[in-house]
Amino acid sequence: MAWVWFHRFGSPPHFYRLATRLAPWFGWPAAALCLAGLIGGLGLAPPDYQQGDGFRIIYVHAPVAWLSLMIYVVMASSAAVGLIWRMTVAYAVAASCAPIGASFTAVALATGMLWGRPMWGTYWVWDPRLTSELLLLFLYLGYMGLRNAIDDIGRADRASAVLAIVGVVNVPIIHYSVTWWNSLHQAPSVLKLGRPTMPAAMLIPLLLMLAGFTVYFVALLLTRARGELLRRERNAHWIAKALGATATGEG
Amino acid sequence: MLKFMAMGGYARYLWPCYALTAAVVGLNIHWARRSLRAAQAEARRRLAGLKVAS
Repeated sequence: MAWVWFHRFGSPPHFYRLATRLAPWFGWPAAALCLAGLIGGLGLAPPDYQQGDGFRIIYVHAPVAWLSLMIYVVMASSAAVGLIWRMTVAYAVAASCAPIGASFTAVALATGMLWGRPMWGTYWVWDPRLTSELLLLFLYLGYMGLRNAIDDIGRADRASAVLAIVGVVNVPIIHYSVTWWNSLHQAPSVLKLGRPTMPAAMLIPLLLMLAGFTVYFVALLLTRARGELLRRERNAHWIAKALGATATGEG
Repeated sequence: MLKFMAMGGYARYLWPCYALTAAVVGLNIHWARRSLRAAQAEARRRLAGLKVAS
């Protein structure tokens, strides 16, 4: 009985219908949260006592860095579910995560470099945090490259799932790299045990941005996963019905 | 306004971060919609082909 929801969620027609219905409900709240976060972060938060206004890069850098890690965990978890239960929806979700995650990992690295130049005096150092984040980008690119290299979609799903699952070990390494090793990168100020070390005027806009980017990712994922499902479910009857229902929608 | 744009001397680092992030946020929306539209068009073509064949 407890697994009924799991099996329903794993049904492609059910997931497609649900994703079609839910995607708009995530898009607009994401925009509202990010707008509120930007107003708070750029306009209302006081300058940092050490970094001045330069610290405001955190309001884009931290959310994209958070997405780069969270998306990888979602991708690897979905790939594992697909591998264990042979669930098409899970493979479609994993494949949809990769391009989104890769793009935000690249932005996290770029914004980190732009923040590092005035604070550390250099764009890049082979620091544990920066190096492990770069490795994360290579894992995303490897996952996508592997998928593209295999013509059979079933084999591509299984092979890339193994890579995603193995690579998940890099996620805690990235997160704890600043506490395990000497690092130029600052220690966690929000995602850590105990109270955040930021004052509320700085922290609230950051939390709004983190929430906004997370909700934005869900909206993107629902849109991309629908396309992935259509590519996998080649001759299924439900596709005709689903496309008929959305023909006059966002198409 | 000029003071705000100057961001205490960090404008040349701060605004490119925001511009890059905004561009990738927008591009991801565009890519996701384009990918879905392409999959829907391909599925429609396939369904039309099946009807003709039957």
